[in-house]
Amino acid sequence: MKVIEYQDIVAQIKKACFKANCQLPEDVAAALKKARQKEVSPLGRDVLDTILENTEIARKKSMALCQDTGMVVVFADVGQDVTIRGGLLSDAVDEGVRRAYREYYFRNSVVADPINRKNTGDNTPAVLHVSLVEGDQLRFSVAPKGFGSENMSALTMLKPAQGVQGIKDFVLETVLKAGGNPCPPIIIGVGIGGTMEKAALIAKRATLREVGSENPQPHLAELEEELLELVNKSGIGPQGFGGGQTALAVFVDTFATHIAGLPVAVSINCHAARHVEVIL
Amino acid sequence: MLSLTAPLQDAGGLRAGDQVELSGVLYTARDAAHQRFNQLIKAGEPLPFPLEGAVIYYVGPCPAKPGEPIGSAGPTTSCRMDGLTIPLLERGLKGTIGKGGRSPEVVEALKKYKAVYFAAVGGAAALIAQRIKKVEVLAYPDLGPEAVHRLTVERFPAIVAIDSAGNSIYEQGVAKYRHPSLKEAN
Repeated sequence: MKVIEYQDIVAQIKKACFKANCQLPEDVAAALKKARQKEVSPLGRDVLDTILENTEIARKKSMALCQDTGMVVVFADVGQDVTIRGGLLSDAVDEGVRRAYREYYFRNSVVADPINRKNTGDNTPAVLHVSLVEGDQLRFSVAPKGFGSENMSALTMLKPAQGVQGIKDFVLETVLKAGGNPCPPIIIGVGIGGTMEKAALIAKRATLREVGSENPQPHLAELEEELLELVNKSGIGPQGFGGGQTALAVFVDTFATHIAGLPVAVSINCHAARHVEVIL
Repeated sequence: MLSLTAPLQDAGGLRAGDQVELSGVLYTARDAAHQRFNQLIKAGEPLPFPLEGAVIYYVGPCPAKPGEPIGSAGPTTSCRMDGLTIPLLERGLKGTIGKGGRSPEVVEALKKYKAVYFAAVGGAAALIAQRIKKVEVLAYPDLGPEAVHRLTVERFPAIVAIDSAGNSIYEQGVAKYRHPSLKEAN
C-alpha cells in the first residue's frame, strides 16, 4: 500500500494547470509546424504563423495560450494499492485548480448552475473521471477544455448496418457543421461503441493521445488515416478561412457494444490542445 | 496589410480576405452584455458607448497581471451573438470582431448597413494581448470577464471575414479548397 498526501495532489494539479495553459505540448507544436509546411492556402499559412508565434509569447511571458482557459477536465487513474491521506481526491483536484486559476491570472469560466449561470469565481469544479487500475501509482491527465470547440462536439446512435460508412459520414458532418468555430486545425477524438456515455468518454480521452502516435489496432489505424484524409478534403482550413489543414489528427477509440447499437461520439479539440500528464 | 482606425468612418472599401491592423478604440461585449444592450434598446435608453462607427470585439479576457493592461484576449465564437447583433447594426455599429461564421441574417444586415465582420485568429490570445494598450471598464462590472470594456489598441491584427457586399471568406475560401469529391456536401 502506497500513501499519497492530499497536499501533494493539490500541488501537482496546480502545476499541471499552469503548464497546460501556458505551454503547448511538444507533439501539438510539431504538428502545427508540419501543417504550416503542408498548407496550400497563403492566408492559412499566415494564420498558422500567428498561432505558432502566439505559443512562443505565451511560453515566454507565462501567459495563457488562449483566454478561454477552459473547464478543467481531469482523468485520474488510481492504482488499487494507493491510499489518499488528508482529504478527498475530488477536493484535492478542485483545490489545485482554484489555486492555479487565482495565482496565474487565468480566466474563471465556470458557472455553478447551467440555468442560473452564476460564476463560481475560482473555475471549480473540475470535471473528474476516476478509474481504478492496477498498481500503486496515481496518474492524472489534466486537460483544460475551451468551449469554442466543446460546443461543436456531437454524438449519435447509429444503426449497426450503417457501419464504417455511417461513422465517416457523421464525423464529416460534424466537422462541416463546426466550420471555423472550434479554431481549426482541430484534433478529433472519435469514440465508437459502448453505451451513449461510454462513447463520449472514450472520444474525449482519445483527443489526449500523442499527435503522431499510431493506433495499435491496424483496422483502427487505417480508419484514423482515412478520417483525417476525409476531413482535410473539407476545405475548411485554418480558422475556417479555407485550406487543406482542417485537422492535425483523428484518434479513434472503441469499446464493446450491444448487438442493436453503434454509438459514435465526436469530441473536437482546438489547436491549443492542452494536456499534461502527471504521475504520483 | 491595411491600417484602419476605429471607430470606423466607412467600411465600404474593405474586401473579404483583406488583412488589416486596427488602431484606436474597440468595445468588448459578449453574450450577457448583448442581452443587456437589447433590453436598453427596447426600453429606449442609451447604450454604455456611442454606436456610431463603433467596433465591438467579442472577447472575455483573462485577468490582467499586476502592471499589465490585460491578460490573454483572443476572440470568442461570434455566432452566439448573431441574434442580438442586428439592432446594433441598425443603430450605427460598423464592425464586429470575433471568430467563426455569421448567420445569413447578419450577413444581410452587414450589406444593408454597410458594416463589416472581422475575424481575429482564435487562440492567438497572448499575441493579441500585446496589441491592447489600455483597458477601462465601461459598464456591467458584475459580469466579470464579460463586462463591457473600452480597449485602446495599436495594430490589432484581424482579417476582413465578411465585407459590406456580403462576400465571406468562410464561403469563398472553403469552396476554393474543398476537394471535388465533397462539392455536394455542405
